[in-house]
Amino acid sequence: MIQLTNEPIDHNALTELVRRPGCGAVVTFLGTVRDLTGDQVTVALDYDAYPQMAERKFAEIEAEVRSRWPVGEIALVHRLGHLDIGDVSVAVAVSCPHRHQAFDACRFAIDQIKELVPIWKKENWADGRTEWVHPGAG
Amino acid sequence: MMIAVRLFARARDLAGRDMLPVELPAGATVADLRQSIRLACPALTDLLARSRIAVGDDFAEDETKLTAGVDVAIIPPVSGG
Repeated sequence: MIQLTNEPIDHNALTELVRRPGCGAVVTFLGTVRDLTGDQVTVALDYDAYPQMAERKFAEIEAEVRSRWPVGEIALVHRLGHLDIGDVSVAVAVSCPHRHQAFDACRFAIDQIKELVPIWKKENWADGRTEWVHPGAG
Repeated sequence: MMIAVRLFARARDLAGRDMLPVELPAGATVADLRQSIRLACPALTDLLARSRIAVGDDFAEDETKLTAGVDVAIIPPVSGG
């Protein structure tokens, strides 16, 4: 299950969604908006995406996870738009027969999302400045 | 052929628009496109050097050939999650 949404992410519903009788392990990862980066204070983030490509990359990541682990169900959801401190920006929920599979699959999925999916965040700093985050950029 | 290059995040801010039209000869590659983008919008030069190009909603290499009407985008380093 893949979704890009402008609405708050119902992560409890996602965790329930992936539960399966044949799966003894469910791992849910949440990415949440942090208020400090180094010594800079964030008041909010804005997320932008290239939606059609982001959905394609999500689908590729889901397929890769399913090929590597015995996944019962997997949910990949990313929120877009304006988020406040503490809001959930991304959720990955995975069920597998055993816990080590579910942990590994979830870790792999979020790492792939952060590397491959065309989504960008803009920091809204406490002093009023804004800054797109492009890792490796000056 | 005319290629409309989609711009996102800082690339959109630097160019002051979300679409950059670029005229290219038939058979042009992604490498040719990069050169044309630098000429059409020099403000994008530095970020472009660190960005990938997407063609048809997937990452493309510099040798990838472009065709009229295909979706093309500059993908600056991503920061989702």
